[in-house]
Amino acid sequence: MTSDNDRRRGLLARLRERPAARSRGRRRLGAAVRLFAALMLAGGAYTVFAPGAQAQDTPLTGAAAEGKALFDVSCVTCHGRNAQGIEGRGPSLIGVGAASVEFQVGSGRMPMARQEAQAQRKPELFTDEETRQLAQYVQELGGGPVVPDGDNLHADGNVAAGGELFRINCAQCHAFGGGGGALSSGKYAPSLSPATDRQIYAAMLSGPQNMPVFGDNQITPDQKADLIAYIQETLKHDRDPGGFNLGRYGPSTEGLAIFLVGIVALVFASLWIAGKS
Amino acid sequence: MKRRKFEMAAVPGNAARGVDDRFQVATPLRRLLNKVFPDHWSFLLGEIALFSFVILLLTGVFLTFFYEPAMTEVVYNGSYAPLRGTPMSAAYASSLDISFDVRGGLIMRQMHHWSALLFMAAIVVHMLRVFFTGAFRKPRETNWIIGSLLFWVGFLAGFTGYSLPDDGLSGTGLRIASAIMLSIPVIGSWVTSSVFGGEFPGTIIISRFYIAHVLLVPGLLLALIGAHLGLVFKQKHTQWPGPGRTNGNVVGERMFPRYAIKQGGFFMVVFGVVALMGGLFQINPIWLFGPYEAWVVSAASQPDWYVMFLDGSTRLMPAWEINIPIGDGYVIPPLFWPTVVLPGILVGLSTLYPFLEARRLKDTRSHNLLQRPRDVPARTGLGAMAVSFFIVLTLSGANDVIADKFQISLNAMTWAGRIGLLVVPPLAYYVTYRICLGLQQHDREVLVHGVETGIIRRLPDGRFEEVHQPLSAADGHADGHGALPYAGWVVPKKMNRLGALGPAIRGFFYPIEKPAEAPVSPGHPPVEPRPEREEIGSGESRR
Repeated sequence: MTSDNDRRRGLLARLRERPAARSRGRRRLGAAVRLFAALMLAGGAYTVFAPGAQAQDTPLTGAAAEGKALFDVSCVTCHGRNAQGIEGRGPSLIGVGAASVEFQVGSGRMPMARQEAQAQRKPELFTDEETRQLAQYVQELGGGPVVPDGDNLHADGNVAAGGELFRINCAQCHAFGGGGGALSSGKYAPSLSPATDRQIYAAMLSGPQNMPVFGDNQITPDQKADLIAYIQETLKHDRDPGGFNLGRYGPSTEGLAIFLVGIVALVFASLWIAGKS
Repeated sequence: MKRRKFEMAAVPGNAARGVDDRFQVATPLRRLLNKVFPDHWSFLLGEIALFSFVILLLTGVFLTFFYEPAMTEVVYNGSYAPLRGTPMSAAYASSLDISFDVRGGLIMRQMHHWSALLFMAAIVVHMLRVFFTGAFRKPRETNWIIGSLLFWVGFLAGFTGYSLPDDGLSGTGLRIASAIMLSIPVIGSWVTSSVFGGEFPGTIIISRFYIAHVLLVPGLLLALIGAHLGLVFKQKHTQWPGPGRTNGNVVGERMFPRYAIKQGGFFMVVFGVVALMGGLFQINPIWLFGPYEAWVVSAASQPDWYVMFLDGSTRLMPAWEINIPIGDGYVIPPLFWPTVVLPGILVGLSTLYPFLEARRLKDTRSHNLLQRPRDVPARTGLGAMAVSFFIVLTLSGANDVIADKFQISLNAMTWAGRIGLLVVPPLAYYVTYRICLGLQQHDREVLVHGVETGIIRRLPDGRFEEVHQPLSAADGHADGHGALPYAGWVVPKKMNRLGALGPAIRGFFYPIEKPAEAPVSPGHPPVEPRPEREEIGSGESRR
């Protein structure tokens, strides 16, 4: 990400510096008139080239302009002017697409509270409308993946197929019950329970934080619908036929329960029975 | 013809006489029924293990009616919709059927699993009781060894059972087990291929584990439990020192009727607790793990708690690979040390401990009286060391879950475990040792000075001192102080426990009887309550 960013910045810098370099060459000739002409030329060249650096962007639409205004207030500190990124603070957002913004801003992860291993889910800072405007702005900056329309993205999903995909692709980090798991050095795979259809879809498309990208070539949109159906229908609405699920943390909480409930209850029972004499 | 009168009341007596005439059982049976057991709550911990083993047998037999130990591939078509149409092994499909389609199957499966966890937990708790009270000393070393073997055989039973459902978690565990076997130098690959019938996972492992789980291991457990109980009968139970209890007698209750009734009741309690847990707490939701595929590994894949310390030791072990340049080169993988060598050392240390201690103390006598943990600080400290070692390893076995749920870096957890494994046990030893000495000291103070009464007396010269109530009558000492010998049993520390009487108000949760009214002596009529007195004022009405 950062090396891309450097290269991009280098290119822009070169575009801006080229006329200045020429003018410096001509200044060596020393004549005041020539200097004036050179300055005129340089100014002229600049006016020709400078808009040219931005000419690749079509003018922003209304929503994107609103988004840029929000960006310049809340995001620019880390992601830099024109979302080009700042080394050591925030990556460039050119090309990440609306899906990424929708996930990061829509789940409250962005703006980040502080620089740390991973952005945490928080109450969202922006309304849905503002998130859409920001997404539109980033989308118009450099394109990128977009989440399909609609709030229910798993309408025709097949839970059985989704379950298999989940176990193959997701359970390694998010755990069998979707409760999340630890990664190295303070990073983690978050719990899926607060995630909406659109956020899960956006996460698969954009690969936020430490998650790999599951593009449409790896998991087709139909399979994505299956996966989301499994997460939303089975994992979240499974009624836990066995009773209280102990947080679905696997055998570790089961071991805790046998001591805290089983052994404690039976030690009290043995105290009671031995006291009856 | 005269009709013979049928006497109902004589039937049991006649039947018993008939049995005795034929089998001559009255004398041995009388001895058995009159056998005396000392009574203390901590002696019931082993029974929890025994009773959960009975529950394991009962629920396990039920499960065998429906379980199919085969790895043939079938397509699931049962009532759990999210897996319908998924190809899986017959073992997993039948486990799902037990959970969803067999009436009462899920609670039986869950009770079986919970009682397995309880069995191992009770074994460990019972073992700690035996260790900390010195009940393993001569003549009971053999029973200590049988007990520690029971833990390891129970471990095997648990692991083989964990593998049977053939869900994602089982397969992950099996894969780790095969890796552990492979890591054994020289014989590793032969061991693995003979257990799995070739490469992992093969097609035979489930049926092999099944027969081990339902016949071989339970048979071994049953034999060991029989030997364990037989030795308790033969060698008699240990008892706490106390009034009338010596190294040469057993003071307690007869086996019949009271002890038998208590034990029967306790079995019902254990059964009830296991049934409640089986009904209320979901354990091992195999339907979420899905069928085992080699490429499916879930986060938070842990073994059951009694295996977790090996998982922890593996996670803490640095990746030290030993390359031996013989022939084509030979590698001892780092996995070998925490999963084969460490349990080997633990088995050796735990079984040999009674002999090590006796040798160190040059103690060849027989001991039938227990010791209070505080009176043997070195042993208690060693026990605390072992427990903390086990706990650090067990927590490290779950360190990814702890890291995630408590928002700690997983790397920090690993390093905390590595450092903790070296630092915490010695610290536990030191702290326990000091606590034991402090408790001894306090006992001694009470024996010398008497019980603290909480009454502070002011002396004529202005000093304050607490009044102590001596434990015995003045024995020549002018101030009533005289050091009593320590009897190795609880020293009363509160006023109402004097003379080792029970608490003044009896009852466990609420008083079952009213405290006795203080007798009123005829010479001292009951004291009238203080009459209300008027306030002394200026005489003017305030109104």
